[in-house]
Amino acid sequence: MADYKPGEMMTVAAARALRNEDVCFVGIGMPSAASNLARLTHAPGITLIYESGTIATRPDVLPLSIGDGELCSTALTTVSVPEMFRYWLQGGRMTVGFLGGAQIDRFANLNTTVVGPYDRPKVRLPGGGGAPEIASSCGEIFIIMAQSKRSFVAKLDFITSMGHGEGGDHRARLGLKSKGPTKLVTDLCIFEPDPQSREMTVTSIHPGVTREQIADNTGWPVRYAANIAVTAAPTADELRVLREVHARTARAHGEAA
Amino acid sequence: MARFLSLAEAVQSIVRDGDSVAMEGFTHLIPHAAGHEIIRQRRKRLTLIRMTPDLIYDQLIGMGCVDKLVFSWGGNPGVGSLHRFRDAVENGWPQPLAVEEHSHAAMANAYEAGAAGLPLAVFRGYVGVDLPKVNPRIKHITCPFTGEQLAAVPAHRPDVAVIHAQRADREGNVMLEGIVGVQKEAVLSAKRSIVTVEEVVDDFGPRNLNAVILPHWTLGAVVAVPGGAYPSYAQGYYKRDNAFYIAWDKIARERASFQAWMKDNVLEQGPEVFAAHARRLNAKAA
Repeated sequence: MADYKPGEMMTVAAARALRNEDVCFVGIGMPSAASNLARLTHAPGITLIYESGTIATRPDVLPLSIGDGELCSTALTTVSVPEMFRYWLQGGRMTVGFLGGAQIDRFANLNTTVVGPYDRPKVRLPGGGGAPEIASSCGEIFIIMAQSKRSFVAKLDFITSMGHGEGGDHRARLGLKSKGPTKLVTDLCIFEPDPQSREMTVTSIHPGVTREQIADNTGWPVRYAANIAVTAAPTADELRVLREVHARTARAHGEAA
Repeated sequence: MARFLSLAEAVQSIVRDGDSVAMEGFTHLIPHAAGHEIIRQRRKRLTLIRMTPDLIYDQLIGMGCVDKLVFSWGGNPGVGSLHRFRDAVENGWPQPLAVEEHSHAAMANAYEAGAAGLPLAVFRGYVGVDLPKVNPRIKHITCPFTGEQLAAVPAHRPDVAVIHAQRADREGNVMLEGIVGVQKEAVLSAKRSIVTVEEVVDDFGPRNLNAVILPHWTLGAVVAVPGGAYPSYAQGYYKRDNAFYIAWDKIARERASFQAWMKDNVLEQGPEVFAAHARRLNAKAA
């Protein structure tokens, strides 16, 4: 087995969730790394869309920001931001939205707004950006986040984007037709929603990770599916492509990467 | 009707204390030079509007120019927090900052509604989230045809829009290309506007028949400021200075280092410094 880091396992496992025929609304950071890894390995035909308006972009290096010139110059076309949110996102043309977040709860609701009370926050985070409508308008949502007790919390101070809300049929009751979060990929394991409760439930554990480690890094009692897989370790090819894109990115951004 | 002015004259005559000002740019073409001039002219009590407030708004907030921020994502892209924005919200320094917070979809729709002369924007959004609980300007409306509940926010009608673009011609028509963001809508929604450009050309020359062009009669002032988007970028002219965005994290983290940087690089400088930044990045890219 090749030698790899937990972060690489996370990115590879997240990339595998994407299909060649997906039209993916890509968040910046880890979602962008995973989406481009998918494009450079098993899903060369995937359409990657960033909220800056770039459609079917094929960046050679990972963007530092959501609107790097690299995204525009390698895109099929670039539309205005109002058009992006109205025709393409709200219009229901994305099969999957790929998000990260600062905090997540057991129903995959995300907080990127504040820690503490909204009017007197302990930490003012950047805010939702496109996430509230990405979470409701894309066919389904994949989330990638490194696991820790600070980020996987029992109760969010603020719901920036809706996952499965309070669970069960909450999304459907609010009139949403999209599936919401169907996969949460971490550096330790993969969660998927329970068919009834919609609580995020561990379905696959990365090689060498223990249930104790998962418990130590989750702020709620973790549920496990009846049948749990061991995530396939990254292949030599996946690791090579991922490391090459990170190396190209580091050279392009200088100290940025 | 667009007037060709110096940057100092443009800000002097177009931006007033207490104005609502939208300085737009979605990572690309951010009007940094114009922002610095607003700081140098010590404008006060501004309401700033922008989808993605980043470094230039951090600077305006930290220098005490801003009473209120209307926004949807306030951070240093790819790097982390805006420390001056956080200090204002968390500690009220240098003065308390009121926030009116939206999602990107709401902001983009609100500009488009403003440009279209409508009082409100209607869209499908804010489902199951907390922003409507803390922002009383987010409301809902029932579709008279289908009965669907839709989100509604007021249109953006800023007093002033400020943008940066690649080129103007001698008449003052302005052309943008690349990631064009929400700049056209911001200008058309505003009462007055300032456009800084990389260069003024005799003629735009061969171009896509659907190029994004703002006719001169939709604009207030046009100002040639080469490099005026730095450390953001201008497609076809110079790259984004990602290293500076990372360096800003350290500069802005402490009040004293922030103030020292602003004194040396903004208060005691003029818009001509931007051209040198652009040249340096061009040389690096070559």
